[in-house]
Parts: sequence; structure tokens; C-alpha cells
Amino acid sequence: MDAIGLNYVLAIGAVLFVCGVICMTTKRNGIGVLMGVELVLNGANLNFVAFARYSTMGLDGHVISLFVIVLAAAEAAVALAIALNFYNNHLTIDVDRGDELRG
Amino acid sequence: MDTLGSELSQYLLWAWLLPLIGFAVEVLGGFWGKDRQDRRAAYLAIACIGAAFLLSSFTFYRWGTETHWQAFAASDDSGHHSVASLADDGPEKPAHAEHEHDADHGEHSKADDHGDAHTHGDTSGHHADDTHHGPAPSYSGTFYTLATFGALNLSIDYYIDSLTILMFCMVTLIATCIHIFAVGYMSDELTDEYVDHNAHTSDGHHVHRPGRFHRFFSFLSLFCFSMLGIVLAGNIFQVFVFWELVGISSFLLIGFYTERKSANVAANKAFIVNRVGDFGFIIGLMILWTYCGTFSFGDTEVDGHEQPGLFSMIRGADGEIATSGEDVLLKTSGHDGHWVAPKGGQPTRTLPYFLLVVAGLGVFGGCIGKSAQFPLQTWLPDAMEGPTPVSALVHSATMVAAGVYLAARFYPVFTTEVLLTIAYIGCITAFIAATIAVVATDIKRVLAYSTMSQLGYMMLAIGLGGWAAGLFHLITHAFFKSLMFLCSGSVIHGCHHEQEMPKMGGLRHKMPITAYTMLIGVIAISGLAIPGTSIAFSGFHSKDAIVATALAYTKLNPVHFLLFLTPLVTAGITAFYMFRLWFYTFTGKPRDQHVYDHCHESPAVMFAPLLILSVFAAGCALGGEGGPLYQMIGNSEPLGVASGVEHSGVANIALPSHHAIHEVHSTAGIVALLAAGLGTITAFLLYCRPVVDPETIKRQFSGVHGFLVEKWQFDNLYDAAFVRPAHIVGRWCAGFDRNVLDCVLHSAAKTAVWIGTVDKKFDEQIVDGLVNVVGNVTRSIGMSLTVFQTGKIRQYVMFIAVSVVALFALLFAFMPKA
Repeated sequence: MDAIGLNYVLAIGAVLFVCGVICMTTKRNGIGVLMGVELVLNGANLNFVAFARYSTMGLDGHVISLFVIVLAAAEAAVALAIALNFYNNHLTIDVDRGDELRG
Repeated sequence: MDTLGSELSQYLLWAWLLPLIGFAVEVLGGFWGKDRQDRRAAYLAIACIGAAFLLSSFTFYRWGTETHWQAFAASDDSGHHSVASLADDGPEKPAHAEHEHDADHGEHSKADDHGDAHTHGDTSGHHADDTHHGPAPSYSGTFYTLATFGALNLSIDYYIDSLTILMFCMVTLIATCIHIFAVGYMSDELTDEYVDHNAHTSDGHHVHRPGRFHRFFSFLSLFCFSMLGIVLAGNIFQVFVFWELVGISSFLLIGFYTERKSANVAANKAFIVNRVGDFGFIIGLMILWTYCGTFSFGDTEVDGHEQPGLFSMIRGADGEIATSGEDVLLKTSGHDGHWVAPKGGQPTRTLPYFLLVVAGLGVFGGCIGKSAQFPLQTWLPDAMEGPTPVSALVHSATMVAAGVYLAARFYPVFTTEVLLTIAYIGCITAFIAATIAVVATDIKRVLAYSTMSQLGYMMLAIGLGGWAAGLFHLITHAFFKSLMFLCSGSVIHGCHHEQEMPKMGGLRHKMPITAYTMLIGVIAISGLAIPGTSIAFSGFHSKDAIVATALAYTKLNPVHFLLFLTPLVTAGITAFYMFRLWFYTFTGKPRDQHVYDHCHESPAVMFAPLLILSVFAAGCALGGEGGPLYQMIGNSEPLGVASGVEHSGVANIALPSHHAIHEVHSTAGIVALLAAGLGTITAFLLYCRPVVDPETIKRQFSGVHGFLVEKWQFDNLYDAAFVRPAHIVGRWCAGFDRNVLDCVLHSAAKTAVWIGTVDKKFDEQIVDGLVNVVGNVTRSIGMSLTVFQTGKIRQYVMFIAVSVVALFALLFAFMPKA
């Protein structure tokens, strides 16, 4: 148990985060982008939990990660609704097609 | 204060206010609207002034019965005017001061002052209400207090003595006659289309205008109100107010034919010349107010304390001006309502003597203006531009008499130096005006100059200490002069507005009533009498009184012999020019057949007033100085006049006592009659049965004649001395205005415009430019930032990621190493 240190866990969180960011920037599929977001959130979650475990901050990190999970669920629900509407308007979920807000 | 006084004041108040009510109705009653033939305005004015006359007469009657006609009781011993020991003034005066109360009626009267010294000594009863220390019963009080500023009390007061009542009766009677006369005289104004032949429009036609009948009568009513206000006034400030109102009425009436330039000029002249005199008046007022602290003539009661009026302040109960060094001691109220000359420890009020002289001269300056005395006499002849009833009422009988009236009222304030000035000014005026009248050919102007001359007589009498004689002449003159003016009005009306005497002649056949009533007036003013008797018309008695005063005065002050000679000569000239007027107009052959053929006797409404006035002109002075009129005036005579004044003052003047005047009376009467007779005979020989042709004399003395026709060059002198310099100064001012002030103003305006242009450029280019630059830069920055606003969500994420990495990179690069 002690063999696995904080740095390992942080490294995995960082990898997850970067994977999520790459997923968000490269995927044209809206659902894919959402997945990237989930990866980023979970990468952050992992950080919270890791700091909670290896530091003296008590349960704060755990509680925050629970909040993040709940928020992520809510966000996913909203985002899926947006995706559906997007599909209704554009008959696709390719996010590059939704450039109406271009300046 | 006492019942009779307040009763009389109520009657006179209404007599005074009735013309004002008439005026208000005539102005606001809508007479100007539709019917120019409406005579109701005239009837209203006549009703008002007539009712005022009845009220005045009733006041006279009430006053007489209440005082048991005491003013006239003295007529028995008036012949002697001489209190037993008056020859020696010194010891008599204390006796007067001691026994100033009349035990029987609680009022003083002149009669008692003149009465037997013994009975005087026996009377010792003092009545509670007998605190008035006047020579005669005078009632003063307040109708209405306008305002009180500290010690300054502005109120409408009354001051009633026999003179006030007499003036009321005289003014209202004459005014009533003239109102009635004016209904006839002004009847050609009763039209919608009045053609004024003396006024021309710019294209040379006669002026056509609606008739102004009602307007004339409303002005007359206003005038009567103002004049009665002066007579009734109980303080000098109130006199000043009505003085100015009279001036305004006069202005309106002189300029009644407002379309005529000459009328406008005359109205302005009268008003402006009067302002000169009123300036002095104001100075006098200020001095008196500053030192005496009151404007009131008579004594008044303030908060239960007796407040002495001007007269009793300056002259005490003995009629003397008390002096201490250079100052005049003013009497103030003492204990128990008695006057105490402030001596000993009492706080005294003093007035520098020279200021009293200045105040007297100042107030007299107002009188000079109003009564057309030298050197402010030039307005009166020009004032003849007004309709003839105006000339009769305003410029002969009453308004100009207001100056004399005020001079008489204010007599107690005048010092001997002022009186000497008054005498000389009266003397000069009388002579100058009489000489001008000799050469005047306009019938109204002859009368105007004779008015001036007679006013000079009155002033002379007052200045010589002949107080009652001056006012006597004022009353008699008012009657015969209004009569003569109305006669001349009748002539002018009959001759269709021809005023030049050289075009008349022989008119007595055409207008007998006018001619013979006029003759009564002419005899009255000339002062003719049947030698050896006292049967004479009014003018003889009054002029006789004045000449007697002058003679007595000259005996006391031989240096001032001119004050006797001049009026005597003037009396002769007066008789000459008045008979000249009458002969010229009414006798001989018609000089202008056209005028003669068309002339006609005036209607009854015009000659009835002539008949009434001629009765008064002939008989009002019945009995001479023993008669009721003179006695009534004498009843109001100020203290100290009767006993005369010994040599006093800077001028070292002595005023004659009644006794002294009486001594020379018969001599003076003969001399005056001789002068008048001489004048009459000369006129008769020149104009009626021509022994010498007047034209020859005129040609031989063409220099003198021209000088007199030019009115002693006074108009030219004033023109050169005042009018033209004023014009020059005016032109200078106009030039300065136009060249300097306008120039400054214009350049200021131009500078402002130039600054405005510059400012506009600054605004447009710099301020606006700056704002635009800011806007444009902001805009262009915004536009350039739209490059990043691609709307591609993946790019945004990319930006965020890259930015975060960049932030971290910066953080690490610049974060201080812990």
C-alpha cells in the first residue's frame, strides 16, 4: 500500500487530464467531446482524492470529488440535451458545423 | 380732537373726494366707447363739483354758526386794526402770549387778538381743549395714516381754518361756473369726427379725430380733486403729493389738443419748468423733516402726547422765532400740554438758522414754479395752448394760486430774509409781466400775463408782511380773472377760434353780455373806484391793501423803496393794458369784417356763469378791509403778523404792523387810484378815441416794442442758457453713445463672434477628433479581435489549453523560487 506514492496517483491524474483535453480538441463528434470532458473531470477528481488521502486535510477532497461526480452527471444530462437539439438543427453532431457564434 | 373740527373735516373730506369719484366714473364709465354725443360725463362732473360747492358752503355756514360769526364780529373795530399800545411792540408781546385764550368759546380768534386790551386782560379762563396755540381756531387731524416708518409718519391730514374754508368755497364755486361754461365751450367736441384746424398730418391735411368731450371733463375733475387736496392738506408732504397731481392735471389739460405740436411743447414746458421749482421744494422738505421730525402743519396728538406741528415748533406761542446764537430753537412739547420754550436743562432741538432760510427759499422755489414767478414764469403764457376753460380754471383762478396759497400757509416758516426774497420776486414778476401784457395781441395771452402780474402782487404782499392783503387779492383776483378768462373764451368761441385782438373790434354790439361782464372784470382788476367813497369793485380793495402795505413797508425800510414804486407803476400799467384789451376787442370799428360778420353771442350755458362770476368779481370784497371777506382771511392770519416785526435778520428788515399799514392807507389808496386812473385814461386816448395812433408809438419805440414782444428775451435767454446747452450735451451724449459706447459694444460683439468661430474649430477638430479617435481605435481593436471568435468549440478548447499551458509556463518562469 505504501509502495504506491502520491506522485504516481498524480501522474495518472495528469495523464487522464491530458487525454481528456486531447479528446476535446481532436474529436469532431459532440459525444466524443463530452467524453473528453468526463475524462478531464475524472482526472481532477483523482487529484482531489489523492491529496485527501496523502495529506492531512481530512474528508474535504472526498466530498469535493463527490460533488464533481454529481455535477458531471448533471452536466452530462444537459450536454446530451444540447446535443440532441444540435442534431435537430444541423442533422449532425459534428461540433465544427456549429459555428454560428463566429465573430 | 374737538367735535366741530371733526365735523367740518367730514364735510370737506366729501367735498374733496367727490371730484375724485367723478373722475373715476368718467374714466372707467365707458364714455369713450360708443356715443360721442353723450353729455353725461359733463353732467356728472358738474354734479360732483356742484355738490362739493354746496358742501363747502354748508361747512362755511356750520363754521360760522359754531363760532358765532366771530371772524366777522371784528369788522366793527377793524377800521382801527390797532391794538391800543401796538405802536410799541416790545411790551405788547408778552401780553399777547399770556392772554392767548379766549374764555368764551375755547378758541382763539383774531378778533380777540385785536380786541380791546382791557377785556383781554380780564379773561383768564383756560379750557381743557384749548391747547391749540394758533392765532385763529384751526383744526388739524388725520383722516388716514398711510404708513409709519420709525418717526416718519405719512398720513392724509387735514388743517382747517377760515382760510381753508374760504379757499374751498372759492375753488368749488369758480370750478362749478367753469364746468358749466365748458359744456358750451367744448360742445364742438361732441362729434365722432372732430376736425382740428390747428393740427396737420404729415401730408398736410387737417387732423380728424373723434371728439374728446368726456375726457376733458374727467381731467377737470381730477384737477379739482388735486387742488382741493392742496387746500385741505394738513402736512407739507401731502401738499407736495397734490402739488404734483395738480401738475399732472395741468400737463394733461394744456396738452389736451395732443395732435398740435405747440400744445405738446407747452405741456412739456409747463411740466419741466415746474420740476425746477419742485426740486427746491424737495430740498425744503428734507431740511424740515431732518430737523423738525414732522411734516404736519398743526399740532397733533400722538399716543396721548401733544406733538407740535411745524408752525408751533418754529414759532412759539408768541409768533417769534427763538434763536440762540446761529441756531433756531424749536419748541417741543412741555408739561400739561403747554408749550415750553426749551430753556434750562431740557433737551432742546435746534435748527441752524441758515438752514431755515434755505428751507424757506426751497419751499418758496416750489411756489415760484407753480405760480409762474420770475425766473420760472415762462411756462404760463405758453400754457394758453389748452382750451380756454382750462386757462380760466387752472392757469388763472386756482392752480397758479396754489403757489401763493402755500407761500401764505407756510408763512410761519419764512424768515425775514426769505420774505424779502419773496417780495422782490413778486415785485419783479408783477412789473415784467405787466410790461409784456402791454404789447401782447393774443387776447388770452394778455390775460395770462396779467395773471402773472397779479400773482406777483400777491407774492409781494406776502413778502411785505401783508399776509391778509395777499390772500385778499388771491380771492378777488380768482373771481375777476376767471370771469375775464371765460369772457375771452366766449369771445373766442363766438369768433370761431380767433384769438388775435387786431382782428376783432366792435364786438360789443354782437355780444353785449360778454362785453359788459368783461368790463366789470376789467374795472375790478384795474382797481378803479369813485374817488372819495369806498364804492369800488373787488380789485380796488385788494390792490389798495397791497399798496398800503408796500407804502408802510417802504417807510420802515427806505432802502427798499422800489417795492413800493414798482407795484404802483404796475397798477397803472395794469389798468392800461386791461382797458386796451377791452377797447381793442369790444369797441371801435370791426377790423376784420369776416370775423365780425360771423361772430355771435354765446349760448346761455356760457353766459350764465359769466353773470354769476361778475357778481362776485364786483362784490366779493364788499366793505373793503372792514368787509367780511377780509375779516375772514384775517382770522387765519399767523401769529405776529399783526404786530409787525422790528428790524431783524441779516437783511435788517422791519415788517409793518397793521397799525402802521392803516396809518398810510388813505394815502396809498389815493396814489393807487391815481395810477389806475392814469392808465385807464391813456388806454382810452390811445385805443378808444385815438389822439395818437398806437402804431406810431410802436414804430417810434420799435426797440422797446420788440424787446417786450420777445417777452424780455426770457424765452430766448433760457433757450440759449438751458435748452440749447441741454441739446448740445444731448448731442454729445448721443455722439459718445454712437461713437464710443457703440464702438466698444460692436467690437465686443465681434470679438465674441471671432472667439466663437475659433471655439467651434477647436470643438470640431480637436475635441471631436479625440473622441472619434478613441471610438475608432476601440472599434478597430474589436474588429481585429473577431479573428479569435471563430465559433469553433474545439478551437476554443485549444485556446484554453494552450493559454493554461502558457500561464503555467509564465508562472514557472517568473515565480520567485521559494
